[in-house]
Amino acid sequence: MWENIKSFASTFFVTGDPLIYGADVSIVLTMFAIVFVLTKYQKWGWLWREWLTTVDHKKIGIMYLIASLLMLFRGGVDALLMRLQLAFPNIEFLHSDHYNAIFTTHGTIMILFMAMPMMFALFNIVVPLQLGARDVAYPFLNALSFWLFMAGAMLFNISFVIGGSPDTGWLAYPPLSGIEFSPGPGQNFYIWGIQISGIGSLATGINFLVTILKMRAPGMKLMKMPLFSWSVLSSCVMIIFAFPILTVTLALLFIDRFLGAHFFTMAGGGNPMMYLNLIWMWGHPEVYIVVVPAFGIFSEIVATFSKKVIFGYKSMVIALMTIAVASFFTWAHHFFTMGTDASVIAFFAISTMVIAIPTGVKVFNWLFTMFRGRISFQQPMLWTIAFIPCFLVGGATGVMLAVAPADYQYHNSYFLIAHFHQVLIGGVVFGYLAGIYYWWPKMFGFKLDERLGKWGFWLWNIGFYVCFMPQYALGFMGMTRRYYTYGWDMGWAPLNLVSTVGAFLMGAGFIFQVWQIAYSIKHGERDKTGDPWNGRTLEWSIPSPAPMYNFAIEPRVKEADDWWRIKQEKANGTYQEEKIELEPIHMPKNSGIPIIMSGFWFIAGFGFTFEWVWMAVIGLIGVAACMWARSFDYDTDYYIPVDEIKRTEASLGRGV
Amino acid sequence: MRARKLPNKVFFWILGIVASILLSGCGNEYLVLNPKGPVAETQYNLIIISAILCGIVIIPVLVITAFIVYRYRDTADNKAPYKPEWAHNTLMEVVWWGIPVIIIALLGYFTVRDVYALKESPNKEVKPITIQVTALDWKWMFTYPEQGVATVNHLEIPVGVPIHFKVSADAPMNSFWVPQLAGQVYAMAGMTTDLWIQADEPGAYHGKGANFSGEGFSHMQFTVNAKPQAEFEEWVQQTKQSADAMTKEDYEKLREPGLTEEITYSSFPKGLFEEIVAKYSHGHPMEGMDHSGHESTDAVQSEHSSHHQMPSTSPSN
Repeated sequence: MWENIKSFASTFFVTGDPLIYGADVSIVLTMFAIVFVLTKYQKWGWLWREWLTTVDHKKIGIMYLIASLLMLFRGGVDALLMRLQLAFPNIEFLHSDHYNAIFTTHGTIMILFMAMPMMFALFNIVVPLQLGARDVAYPFLNALSFWLFMAGAMLFNISFVIGGSPDTGWLAYPPLSGIEFSPGPGQNFYIWGIQISGIGSLATGINFLVTILKMRAPGMKLMKMPLFSWSVLSSCVMIIFAFPILTVTLALLFIDRFLGAHFFTMAGGGNPMMYLNLIWMWGHPEVYIVVVPAFGIFSEIVATFSKKVIFGYKSMVIALMTIAVASFFTWAHHFFTMGTDASVIAFFAISTMVIAIPTGVKVFNWLFTMFRGRISFQQPMLWTIAFIPCFLVGGATGVMLAVAPADYQYHNSYFLIAHFHQVLIGGVVFGYLAGIYYWWPKMFGFKLDERLGKWGFWLWNIGFYVCFMPQYALGFMGMTRRYYTYGWDMGWAPLNLVSTVGAFLMGAGFIFQVWQIAYSIKHGERDKTGDPWNGRTLEWSIPSPAPMYNFAIEPRVKEADDWWRIKQEKANGTYQEEKIELEPIHMPKNSGIPIIMSGFWFIAGFGFTFEWVWMAVIGLIGVAACMWARSFDYDTDYYIPVDEIKRTEASLGRGV
Repeated sequence: MRARKLPNKVFFWILGIVASILLSGCGNEYLVLNPKGPVAETQYNLIIISAILCGIVIIPVLVITAFIVYRYRDTADNKAPYKPEWAHNTLMEVVWWGIPVIIIALLGYFTVRDVYALKESPNKEVKPITIQVTALDWKWMFTYPEQGVATVNHLEIPVGVPIHFKVSADAPMNSFWVPQLAGQVYAMAGMTTDLWIQADEPGAYHGKGANFSGEGFSHMQFTVNAKPQAEFEEWVQQTKQSADAMTKEDYEKLREPGLTEEITYSSFPKGLFEEIVAKYSHGHPMEGMDHSGHESTDAVQSEHSSHHQMPSTSPSN
């Protein structure tokens, strides 16, 4: 009996690496600490009522934000481990299998469990406020999306200490990811972690599409909608078309692995190239899904901090929506080297170059928003200005990669690695950081400290170029991605060392940002006005943080920058306030079902991962029971009485 | 297809300057920028052309960015004009939709031209030889159907002769890449892909697997020894006399996951490569994903027909 338990435990838990044991200890200690603190201060009830069961978009946004920052830390540690291993030739810091697991989890986490939730954080926090709405279209679904994401992310992350991590790359190409070459639970963790959070992502896409189309304040025509909301619309359209492809692809891969089907194995008449096509039909739009909202953020920030209306609004809208469509016609450029017919290669080369056009136009529009403006260099604007040159160069190398015959030389080399990190860090990370700095006061009621923030900013920026510029050169030297080690003979050593130094500079930048947040909680400049940046759009017209119902009175919109208009009119005395009586506000009730249902999804996913069918069945029954319970729950909403609204507004310093 | 003459001399000068900047101080380590054959040279030219075209756009934009950010900064005594409502100018917007369109059209032309060009032999005057490439876990096997010899982890080729590689795999997908001679092509089980290479100078060139294939992937490197035709033929003769023959059992051993040194075989089981391809394809061998129909030489034709006979001999697994 004891022997059985021992042998089970030795395969169930990942063993043999001191790094992993260290992680085990820290995970257990952290959990104890959390439980201890919550119990000591009797906060369990508060946690459950205020956060775990909330359907308030602002709180869900904050939870997304916390989760994404934790994932940024995890993915960042993965990156630093890889850079340590590559700092010198022939070192044995990580072995091949460990290195392979780390680059796989780094990629998967950074895209799916860092970029996506950070994006959803900003969707949630900003979009309803920008639209003058009181919540999203489906608040319950919104909470469910978040908890599904959490369940998926946690399932993926425990593979690190239980069962073993996936190690076939972030897109898990078969046949390598098939059962023959990758037996064991690692790949299943990958499939189910992404599947479960993917359902949440799709639901979020639908939720915000409907919110934007149906819940705009009266008077806000589509062409008077702020550009961030437009970018969210574009992103949601892509999510709705792309994520089902991902779900189907991974489902087929799982059927191959679990039931022995042959969708993606040559041996049974399947074709692994079909997987490549399918996964990139999702994967390419996916990078636009995450970068387009960053474009929206920059558009808001550039206008605000140049004190000038955005240049070429119509052009911007056209560009955003063109990208949403064009992004679905470029996927094959990820495998120009497949030996396909020349006409296919030519088509995808051209389509890929074409998508650079709307993207380039946006850069011009941002520049000419600054032109004849008055630029102030506060933190959100700093990140925006840093983004422009970074993204220009990254975009240019992207166009170079689109030149298919040249791509045969770049493909899978560090040139490619440098390119996509430049657009993903320079575009997505800089963009979201800019957005976080910009809307932070709206979330929490205080600004983040400038001095520490500037340290973080410069370390990130210098670190970025030190890390990734050498990688372009390494690509020309023939260094291939996913090498866990290399010899002295190729001349790759010096540039790799430089690159590692750059990675650690970025790591230091992140530490400064964590410090900045901790410091600012106590010492940050408080925002009493609700409008700390002299903003232009509706979210700045209400107090910071916003009351739970957002707007006591539904705004009546006349222009795209409506808050700016009101401020202008008030300044020159032409403002006429409409007299609108307060009415009770219709709000959704909190619900515990999203978190419970996601818990069951986690159980089901865990069961499928270890191919313990009984456990998967229990999980799925739980999911069905939760859906049943929700379907017959008629007590899902309530009204906030006028008195309470008056009291809340008065306590926020706003008489109504 | 030697490197083409570029449209005009000015262009050539710019190319020369950029190339010398790129190459200055970078010795032979920059494999991609030191092409040693016509295919890699075509790709090198495209890299330079695309870098220049991108540079034409982004360098001025970077300068304009720096200028605007400096000139319109928010200081009390800044005398630059401030027009907070200025938000539209049709002419300007037409210009910056237009410039990228022109650049992309130009680049698209060069791209499409060379996509088609690289599908064909780089040197139609010389009869090509065919070499079959098989990616294994974690080694490269090369079989020479015309010479009858085989090698593992090293490749011997004659200088000045176009070589038609037929690439496949008996392991997870990989990618066959010799940076100084040509860009890569995928190696996939059950399919063959085509790659043309020609070396113009004798030398030892670095070759590698470029698509992640599991634990031993980082060690899947090989050397390409390009030597004058006479020496190559001498090597073939010598190999046939002195090296061991590869048996079916030897191949099965090679197939097992692991690393190996360089090996040379005097012969290999007849039809080995075709068998490797066919065993995954259930009697329907796929000619790669290539339907271009530009097969130009007798060697390829015979290769083709032997392929189509394969189903009858394909093993049952």
